[in-house]
Amino acid sequence: METTNNNETVVRINGLSKSFRDNQVLRDIRLEIHKAENVVVLGKSGSGKSTLIKCLVKLIEPDAGEISIFGKDMSEIEYEELNQFRTKIGFLFQGGALYDSMTVNENLAFPLRHHKKDMGSDKIDEMIHEVLENVGLPDAGDLMPAELSGGMSKRIGLARTLILKPEIMLYDEPTSGLDTVTAKEISQLILEMQKKYKISSLIITHDITCAKMTGDRLVMLKEGTIVAEGTYEDLAKNEDEWIKSFFS
Amino acid sequence: MPTAETNMPGWLPLKSTFQGAGDFFLFFVRFLKESFKRPFEGREFIVQCFKMGNKSLPLVLITAFIMGLVLTIQTRPSLINFGAAALLPGMVSVSVVKEIGPVITAVICAGKISSRVGAELGSMRVTEQIDAMEVSAINPFRYLVVTRVLAATAVLPILVIFADTISIFSSYVAYNIHDEMSLTSYFSAALSKLDWIDIIPSFIKSVFFGTAIGIVGCYKGYNVEGGTASVGSAANSAVVTASLAIFFIDMITVQITDII
Repeated sequence: METTNNNETVVRINGLSKSFRDNQVLRDIRLEIHKAENVVVLGKSGSGKSTLIKCLVKLIEPDAGEISIFGKDMSEIEYEELNQFRTKIGFLFQGGALYDSMTVNENLAFPLRHHKKDMGSDKIDEMIHEVLENVGLPDAGDLMPAELSGGMSKRIGLARTLILKPEIMLYDEPTSGLDTVTAKEISQLILEMQKKYKISSLIITHDITCAKMTGDRLVMLKEGTIVAEGTYEDLAKNEDEWIKSFFS
Repeated sequence: MPTAETNMPGWLPLKSTFQGAGDFFLFFVRFLKESFKRPFEGREFIVQCFKMGNKSLPLVLITAFIMGLVLTIQTRPSLINFGAAALLPGMVSVSVVKEIGPVITAVICAGKISSRVGAELGSMRVTEQIDAMEVSAINPFRYLVVTRVLAATAVLPILVIFADTISIFSSYVAYNIHDEMSLTSYFSAALSKLDWIDIIPSFIKSVFFGTAIGIVGCYKGYNVEGGTASVGSAANSAVVTASLAIFFIDMITVQITDII
């Protein structure tokens, strides 16, 4: 697998389109993410944001366009090779998607047991402890997912993806369903993880506070099309009524 | 403006039925392929065997006990009328081992195992747990489907052996209500009427029943679309489809055994 230098493009999306029956969700999306950069995709519900990141990890097959990650074209990739790339990509789902039959510790150990087969139990425990510390929940290991609040579930979901030390993080609505304070804590956590692990991130959200806090660059998605791109400050000055509605 | 639905030709429901059958066939082929690939999820397989066996065993034993008891009590007067009361242990054992044991156990497991697997995988699908596994580069099909289908395939014949044994024992209990025979003599009389040609097809049938129960539950759960309401439908549909599959497999194996 190719490695990347700072400021090099780690994800390149070119002409991506996707339809579900007659409903075209994504139209000719062109986007690049650079090393250690946080890109926020901002748009209203149903604008195709989640479809976009699911296409990136091939949970959804695009109809047209190219996606390349670390310079590798994802359309031609075999399943086994795709899985090698997937270990380099972390995905935080909206609800955390924790395995509800396992404790938090087991959730965190699960990817390690599959991908680091030579890793001993002591090392696994040590890594679990480290990621739980990083997400601010050092004592949550024995809890079941049903015992966690929404914010805690997202933190543990984040811990589960970080444990494999990904180079790219995809966040699907990381602050949705959370109160304002917890949403800010999660946004802060995303920033901390970016700084600590030098991760490139694509953050899908409709939460402007989260976008402001976490985004180096913002991309506005309207009805499956990118309508504007720039820093928070650039877009906040935009005169377009639809864009202004996010910043008011 | 006419929608796609209003323009739908009358044969489309039939098409969707065939499409469903085709999808199920492809799902089964994928199961066969993935079963031979490494790594095998041995730990999850054992966990599932334990869950399926442990949770189904009490119900299977109670039902088997009742079936053996009822069969003996209801058959005894007819056999006495024909002067064939001595054949009662043999008749019960042949009925239980060849048909009642496997089918009743399978139908109970269709309710217990198929619905549980359908609901479990369905809820994992709608809460994106299966997607989470997929993006963590863990093959969810191998981890969830292969282990569960193989566990059901392995557990069902064992449950059938338990069910057959307890049915013959309850038959002994029912026999001793009116007559008297020792347990050893009763089992000896019962087993003397059984041949390998009775036992082996029954065992093979149980293996097929187990596979059907596992694969139907997994197929229904794994392919759930929509919200939580679909999970209930998937579990319900898994029970109905698995029960039907059991009777179809039974019909086919009886025909094959008859030819042999």
